[in-house]
Amino acid sequence: MDKEAFNVGKSVVFKGELSGSEDIFIEGSIEGKVELRDHVLTIGPNAKVKAEVIAKNVIVRGEVVGNITATEKLDIRDSGSVDGDISAPVVAIAEGAHLRGSVDMQKKPAVTAAPAQAAKPDAKLAPLPTGSPAPGSQRAPGA
Amino acid sequence: MSGLRGWLSRLTSERRADDAEPAGVPEPEPAGYAAVTSKGLQKFLLYMGSRPAPVLLDLGAFSGSNVTFFGQLLGCKVIIGDLFVEIERHARERPAEELAAFLSERFTREEASVDGVLLWDVCDYLNRPAAQALAAALVRALRPDGALLGFFGNASHVDIGFTKFVVEDDSHVRLHPRAQDLARQGWMQNRDIIKMFDGLRVSESYLLQNGWREMLFRKGGGGRPII
Repeated sequence: MDKEAFNVGKSVVFKGELSGSEDIFIEGSIEGKVELRDHVLTIGPNAKVKAEVIAKNVIVRGEVVGNITATEKLDIRDSGSVDGDISAPVVAIAEGAHLRGSVDMQKKPAVTAAPAQAAKPDAKLAPLPTGSPAPGSQRAPGA
Repeated sequence: MSGLRGWLSRLTSERRADDAEPAGVPEPEPAGYAAVTSKGLQKFLLYMGSRPAPVLLDLGAFSGSNVTFFGQLLGCKVIIGDLFVEIERHARERPAEELAAFLSERFTREEASVDGVLLWDVCDYLNRPAAQALAAALVRALRPDGALLGFFGNASHVDIGFTKFVVEDDSHVRLHPRAQDLARQGWMQNRDIIKMFDGLRVSESYLLQNGWREMLFRKGGGGRPII
């Protein structure tokens, strides 16, 4: 995948909005906005990205300051660092990775023909009955 | 209830299958770290699974696999608190007496904005006024019917070093000792813990095999059945 990707090299410093219709591998510094709606964005281990990031798949091995939206999957590797809010249906975060912010994996309502009608989020479970501790568990004294 | 447990079990096995793929980053298998059975976590997850688009505040030491676990299982929004980093920094730079005020200022979350709080054992590392300030902020942040899961050590845990909680499945948590300049401040009686979380009620309470007390609190007021 990386071989075919457009490469933003280590010495590149880019300020502005970067968008495209191919995979991109960033090793340099980017400030602004990166948008690859249908492609993979890889932020290399030496990269410094201070930007809003939107892509289909995002792989973070370097440093990102800014919010990330991945429409398919976000993968933060052990060398990766994200300071910002994340939104993606699937998120994989390695131990050792740094993350400061929130991770939103909420199922987004499907887009329908009548967008004015807000879709009700699906409750996965019905209201739950009153329960008691499972057999064999010990009650804490005084609780 | 067994159906719900089955749902959790299915989802957790699906998660394991997902983790097996190369892009998923599985937790390195720790050797010798203690795993504890947590019935409170299972109840907490059942409750969270009953909420549409739940919001979860995790105050424990950051764990990527925990975030992945909760996100995939619940389809929720996880807010990463990682209070330990800030408590440690505060301990280095400012007097302990200011910790309560610091935590009150730190938690500016909107009232009734989260469905669940994973407190883990954060309170063990706080002095009493700071723990009280944190508890007040969390009670305020919880939505009606919201749940809070906390672990509380006892006298024998005071000398145990910093521990990170890594969720293995819906009812098991592995304790990872970590080198960190944080010491437990003592331990609290159950009645003091309950008093501290004024506004919540104890829904479940368990004594774990390692002696830790696990307490699941619920906030009333939603008019829904409690787990």
